[in-house]
Amino acid sequence: MIEAPDAHAEGKNPLCGDETEIFVKFGSDGATIEDIKFSGRGCAISQAATSMLTEMVKGRHADEVATLSRDDILEEVGIPLTPVRLKCALLGLTTLKLALHKEKGTPLPDGLDDLELD
Amino acid sequence: MAVSARPTLDAHKLRADFPVFEHPIHGKPLAFLDSAVTSQKPRHVLDAMREFYETSYSNVHRGVYTLSERATEGYEGAREKVRAFVNASSTREVIFTRQATEALNLVAYAWGLDNLGPGDLAVVTELEHHSNFVPWQQIAKRTGAEFRMLPIDDLGELRMDLLDEVVGDAPVKVVAANLVSNSLGTINPVERLAAWAHERGAIMVVDAAQAAPHRRIDVQTLGADFVAFSSHKMCGPTGVGVLWGRRELLEAMSPFNYGGSMIRSVKVEETLWNELPYKFEAGTPAIAEAYGLGVAIDYLESVGLEAIEEHEHELAAYALEQLAELPFVTVYGPPPERRVGLVSFNVDGVHPHDVAQVLDWEGVAIRAGHHCCQPLMSRLGVAATNRASFYLYTVPEEIDRLVAGLRKVKEVLG
Repeated sequence: MIEAPDAHAEGKNPLCGDETEIFVKFGSDGATIEDIKFSGRGCAISQAATSMLTEMVKGRHADEVATLSRDDILEEVGIPLTPVRLKCALLGLTTLKLALHKEKGTPLPDGLDDLELD
Repeated sequence: MAVSARPTLDAHKLRADFPVFEHPIHGKPLAFLDSAVTSQKPRHVLDAMREFYETSYSNVHRGVYTLSERATEGYEGAREKVRAFVNASSTREVIFTRQATEALNLVAYAWGLDNLGPGDLAVVTELEHHSNFVPWQQIAKRTGAEFRMLPIDDLGELRMDLLDEVVGDAPVKVVAANLVSNSLGTINPVERLAAWAHERGAIMVVDAAQAAPHRRIDVQTLGADFVAFSSHKMCGPTGVGVLWGRRELLEAMSPFNYGGSMIRSVKVEETLWNELPYKFEAGTPAIAEAYGLGVAIDYLESVGLEAIEEHEHELAAYALEQLAELPFVTVYGPPPERRVGLVSFNVDGVHPHDVAQVLDWEGVAIRAGHHCCQPLMSRLGVAATNRASFYLYTVPEEIDRLVAGLRKVKEVLG
């Protein structure tokens, strides 16, 4: 995790117990993601996808990241996922988008109703 | 595996009745270990439904022509089969619903709204499936009644010793419990619960979704006032289920759904209800599905409910024995002599979804999740478990493949 993060959010999928907490540090322009870390526990897909996500977004602008689509994530994950596992793969992205929305007012992600987010 | 001297049923032979097993999954033969969620269908049911549609189908009860008569005979014939299946005294007590969930909602709404009020108490158990938990919780909220839960012990059996304490002096009006737990396989002492409920002036509502397919049910001796079960879990099609209810209670209840079929006469000033069971069957029913359920009952009776129960009991014992050899697996629930053919477990350090995923690649189907029992999962301290469940077509080799699959899971993901 990051001490004194600039943006932070927690996400949980109550149906299966996947949890993640995302910490973001912006660069000097206050909008480019300089560092990002996550902690949490869950299935292999949720952990792997969130890990890949953090690699994907380093050095990118918050506005750009807020518009990343589920297909962007699924392309990174690379294996075909059934609808049930889709939520696992997207938990990290949804939580990150919420963190950015809280801090920078960027658009809220879809799929909020299914998750417990903070 | 120990083989009994007189085999009760020949699962290998019965398997040939189920066409689904002919199709490989990821190139491997299907090991279907999820019968608790739904059962596979025998050819008898599939063929009979097709024939029904091809020769005997129209709408029921009102037609004057031949097809309608045949359809009605098929539908009402199925109702009589259900009556005999649970040993009810009259077909008037057998109501076709969509499934057990709708049957339980029917009681909660049609009985609960008129019979629960502020100060009254509805009691469910910690083992309940959401279908017998949420309706009572919500109807209690709506009527101002209280809602409490009877807890389980560490083996997953009901704390019958805490019954009086949980209820206290409150006027308990309804006790709702499953006969068999879909998560842990626990067999609940429903006769005792019902006797206690009646002593306290409460009705007893039983969710038999996980019991009716697997063991003999006799409503004359069970003690329950309402029993709900689903066709799709007992070799029948989806879309139809059964509510059995005590006649006096059903007669006194308001209808659940309104519309055609459930009325006797309709005028602007007033509408009169049809007699039982039709009072609770509004609209066109699931005709061919009910017919299919009847055929499924014939099939189960030909195999023998007692034989099915015995077969599953042997499989459960075998499965528990094999799983005990895996140090990285935690099993939940009572010992084999006190459970049905169902095992919930977790693999250390591996999420249930991942376990189920790896097993799928091996052609083994098990369930991962909370099994619609979130309160129970919470009690177990987990978000989800894996569950393997057995039926008349399950063979020990499938359990061997489960175990081999779990070893692979630990290798790949542990």
